[in-house]
Amino acid sequence: MAELVRAAEPFRFYSRLHLTELTGLRAAGLVQLVRLLKSVPGGSIYYHTHRFLQQHQYLSPEPPNDFAYWVREILSEEELGERLASIDIVQFSTIRSLRERIIATIEGYLVEHPGAKMRFPREGGEFHFKKAVSFILPTQHVSYDLREFVEILKRVTIGSIYFHIFEAKLRLEKGTNDFSNWIENSIGNESLAHSIARLDPYVYTLEDLRRTITDLIEREIG
Amino acid sequence: MAKIEDYIPIVGESVVEDLRLIAVHLRGKRILNVNSTAVGGGVAEILNRMVPLLRELGLDVHWDVIKGGEEFFEVTKKFHNALHGGRVDIGEKDFEIFMETSRSNLEQMEISGDIIFIHDPQPIVLVRKRTDNKWIWRCHIDLSEPKKKVWRFLKEFVVQYDAAVFSAPAFSRRLLIRQFLIAPSIDPLSDKNRELPQKVIDGILAKYGVPKDKPIITQISRFDRLKDPVGVIATYRLVKKYIDCRLLLAGGTATDDPEGQKVFEEVLEAAQGDPDIHILAIAQNDLEINALQRASTVIIQKSLKEGFGLTVSEALWKAKPVVASNVGGIPLQVKDKYSGLLCYTPEGAAFAVKQLLSSPDYARQIGENGREHIRNNFLITRHLREYMLLFLSLYHRENIVHL
Repeated sequence: MAELVRAAEPFRFYSRLHLTELTGLRAAGLVQLVRLLKSVPGGSIYYHTHRFLQQHQYLSPEPPNDFAYWVREILSEEELGERLASIDIVQFSTIRSLRERIIATIEGYLVEHPGAKMRFPREGGEFHFKKAVSFILPTQHVSYDLREFVEILKRVTIGSIYFHIFEAKLRLEKGTNDFSNWIENSIGNESLAHSIARLDPYVYTLEDLRRTITDLIEREIG
Repeated sequence: MAKIEDYIPIVGESVVEDLRLIAVHLRGKRILNVNSTAVGGGVAEILNRMVPLLRELGLDVHWDVIKGGEEFFEVTKKFHNALHGGRVDIGEKDFEIFMETSRSNLEQMEISGDIIFIHDPQPIVLVRKRTDNKWIWRCHIDLSEPKKKVWRFLKEFVVQYDAAVFSAPAFSRRLLIRQFLIAPSIDPLSDKNRELPQKVIDGILAKYGVPKDKPIITQISRFDRLKDPVGVIATYRLVKKYIDCRLLLAGGTATDDPEGQKVFEEVLEAAQGDPDIHILAIAQNDLEINALQRASTVIIQKSLKEGFGLTVSEALWKAKPVVASNVGGIPLQVKDKYSGLLCYTPEGAAFAVKQLLSSPDYARQIGENGREHIRNNFLITRHLREYMLLFLSLYHRENIVHL
């Protein structure tokens, strides 16, 4: 078994908890949806493209964003729903660029299918814009090497995994996830860091993601 | 009374650890809850469970109740119905009665605390006592289509709060204050939801004369037209054509509610003496309701209107396959074809019930998905976490709060 590298800077696990804030804004059709998409706060775009991950974390990777779900299930515009669901969120490093892509996707579809402007939800089926208020708390868990790291990773909340993988990368505009960042820069294991960074976290449940990262690290440390 | 550690086997140690981490940041804050009753009703039920747990987490939490006479509560009942969109005759006299009792509570109650947490419209006027502390209005009512007259009256008070809290997104209104979405919850360790030995369940079925010879379809609800019990009987009849089964309709007797008694009689009439329909008027008995839910093959909640519909969460927590109307807070609990089946009509409900009765593997999977969905989103531990985050949010305007 290779000797474990001890990091000078430990990895501290944080927990991320969220509260949902209601904006009072609602859309009753695609035209209104696009108009509101242009003006709602970034936290609202973030909420609607990431909420599913935490609500159904244990079971299945649900449709990756609320817009896709609403368009498909409520407005029955299946093709647009598919286009929205397949936006590769992992490729976007800012909320602004993600917002622009969602708007362009809907506007492009409306040009091709102007009839879709006349699709309206049944009463009560409007799209309600919400946003997330995130609370980030340091936990007591710190690791100095990969063995300690993986043991803690098995126990922390999925809110913690969520924070270090998703929130750090996109919302805080860090470019990579915290795990890869620490493993590369403090442990010096570039290939392991890249293996984790290469995962598309949006197609995993958070429990599967935990298992996958745990397996990668355990394979590395033997 | 359950201790916070007792929830660890259900939700995991890290979830409870998070609660303790947040609680540290609320030390020293005095929090006062005010509602209209100490017993009976969903608000009192949840406060009875939550206040001791928040105290155990180290929070200085208190709970007080306003006083009001019969006339006052008749008016607030009217308010409640009007906020639900019902046709109610409300005049100036009603508003006067409401204000008179509110003034007397303002004079008599000592409202002190860093955070004052007011539940529902009955104590809403207390906000006139605000100083430099924080005030939250928690609305448990479906406000999607309120009657304007009552909403306009209440809104004048709502806007004086720092924040309002609603149970479903459609209940929120355009307001200048912050609004949060916090769903209610069930307590997995309460008599209504805790695990029961099979012999207890069998004993309660025997007590009510319900044999276990056929699949049992159940709706647990008080006898109220908005719960559509007659529609449930229609659903049962459509199912019964193809699959032999029993129907169990169980709920509060509501002897103090003349309309409830009338609906109960309508239900009896609709049942036409069918020996496989069991109509049980059960006084507040959580353990018996728990047992009946656990004895059921499929659980229905065919409401026409619903505040939140926590009976759905109760059923899902017992891993029961659920068929429920797509109204109020129900779609938050049931994702169609994933953690239950949604319906709109007796025909749609019957089709869904037949599907579940004919495909036990599918029904089992749906039920298990439902249980996990409730574990993640609708247990009291999530509710405790969100209330504590709500208190903290009053001191932070930013979207990302580093504690």
